[in-house]
Amino acid sequence: MLASLLVAGGGFTPPKVDYHALAPEIILAAGLCVVLIVDLFVSESKKWLTATLAGFSLLAALLPVVTLAVVGSEVRSMFDGRYVVDNFSLIMKAMFLITGYVVVLLSTNEIEEGGYYQGEYYVLLLASVLGMVMMTSARDLIGVFVALEFLSIPAYMLAAWRKRDTKSNEAGMKYFLLGVFASAMLLYGMSLLYGVANSTLLVDIGEAITITGQYKAVEALAVVFVVVGFAFKVSAVPFHSWAPDTYEGAPTPVTAFLSVASKAGGFVALVTMLYLAFPHAEKVWQPFIFVLAALTMTVGNVVALKQTNIVRMLAYSSISQGGFILMPLVVAGTKATGTSLKTVVVYLLAYAATNLGVFAVVIAVSRKTRSGEISSFGGLFSYAPGLAALMTFLLASLAGIPPFGGWFAKLNAFRAVLEAGTTLGYAIAIIGAVNTVVAFGYYGNIMREMWMKPAPDGDTAPITTPTSLLAALVITGSSTLVLGILPGLVLRFGDLSALTGALSR
Amino acid sequence: MLINEFLLLGAVLFCIGIYGVIARKNAVMVLMAIELILNAVNLNLLAFALRNGSPDGHVFALYVIAVAAAEVGVGLGLVLLIYRNKRTIALDELSEMKG
Repeated sequence: MLASLLVAGGGFTPPKVDYHALAPEIILAAGLCVVLIVDLFVSESKKWLTATLAGFSLLAALLPVVTLAVVGSEVRSMFDGRYVVDNFSLIMKAMFLITGYVVVLLSTNEIEEGGYYQGEYYVLLLASVLGMVMMTSARDLIGVFVALEFLSIPAYMLAAWRKRDTKSNEAGMKYFLLGVFASAMLLYGMSLLYGVANSTLLVDIGEAITITGQYKAVEALAVVFVVVGFAFKVSAVPFHSWAPDTYEGAPTPVTAFLSVASKAGGFVALVTMLYLAFPHAEKVWQPFIFVLAALTMTVGNVVALKQTNIVRMLAYSSISQGGFILMPLVVAGTKATGTSLKTVVVYLLAYAATNLGVFAVVIAVSRKTRSGEISSFGGLFSYAPGLAALMTFLLASLAGIPPFGGWFAKLNAFRAVLEAGTTLGYAIAIIGAVNTVVAFGYYGNIMREMWMKPAPDGDTAPITTPTSLLAALVITGSSTLVLGILPGLVLRFGDLSALTGALSR
Repeated sequence: MLINEFLLLGAVLFCIGIYGVIARKNAVMVLMAIELILNAVNLNLLAFALRNGSPDGHVFALYVIAVAAAEVGVGLGLVLLIYRNKRTIALDELSEMKG
């Protein structure tokens, strides 16, 4: 069978490879190998080298992304349109690389002081970031699947990184089982998509899946399976049960990585699938995404209100933020479809900057207090005014108060759903507005602890912040502010034509 | 072509796998149930590839097999880790964190 197919295929001509467009991936892969080899040959006291090298390769991979953005906006399409570098993928690549760099900064002290396996940690982190970078460009079922596993499998191991801690083991196991289960569901949906469309290219699938004709039941089933698979990855309610436990049990820098980068990876995949593979199936996924978004923001918020552990509260907060990122997708496929894509991109950027910043502050404070309780933030303003002020700004951004990135993102999300003028759009806008108010409850609670309550046990010794952590705080804090004040810097990258430009190949 | 029979077998395997993931308490059994789902996927892909006469499905199935092997490697590693620390691999005893 295969032999006859090969004969029918004719002669083999190697595909043209655009090395400039592939440079970020190549640099990351090379950096990953270098870290792995260096880790073998340096002594225990010099293991910090692996962290430096990992951070360096992430920044080096950012260089070609910048040059690609400067050179021009033409779409670089490779392998028959299976791997595409466009403006959408460039901005997401930049986000993943900077997120990876900030996570390296957050990890340096924690991993070094914990006596964990440093070299392996950074290798897995780089591998996961490489998977995310590939995900932004994958325009083919196989590419999406491989990139998704590439970003997930190292993350399962990172979640269980504290080998002797049963909580961390539990975190890894829950994440692994539900993640693999989700990919299996996703794959079943993908196999049906391939069967109906007779192609693995997302654009071809987009033309074939119209939910009409004799296969419409199979098509609808496939769309539902694929959306459910990604709903697990972005921890949308009711597929969120792993998220709080995994976030609480994993080491805090890993939690920051999972709640920002891994979630954004899921959203990038979901967006490419919805816009490229299911543009004519909106009557199946619009109501589905509506239910997911409404449940996600409501349940996330309500449960976050009663949490006493800060990381667990942030886990539920990030679930509810995920609902807000899903919100504009409810009106994708209506006349607001362009605004909706742009909003998802802007929201992911603002959310990444802000949430990483919040985790940086949590790590800085817990270095002193050794506690994960919200009450350990009591009196923070009296002995660490800088950290308290920064945390207040970041929480205000998450809650959506001007002039920060989170505010601009939320504003855009509401504008998109109202612009569509559909019933579902208005309904989700009302639910979102109520939830925005509810969210002030738990973000305000931390602010009250920091500004009004006394320090626990009267311990007001100042906090010493290591340089790497300080750098992470500066990067995340300033990008949160810049995204709110000068959003025009990133807006041009989220144009719909940038993503669907690959359609006209 | 017996495409319907292949797809039916795939659907049955998929349902058995889903049932296993939900009903089993032993981590290794859950892993095996997930493998059943992945095999259902492979069966589907190959059936469709034979019907359509295109090699994409064969290639996809090869990727699925390779990635499934990597997943099981990590999964069994995690099971060993938990067994060393807790002397059990029952999933309902993994409940330190709640709420």
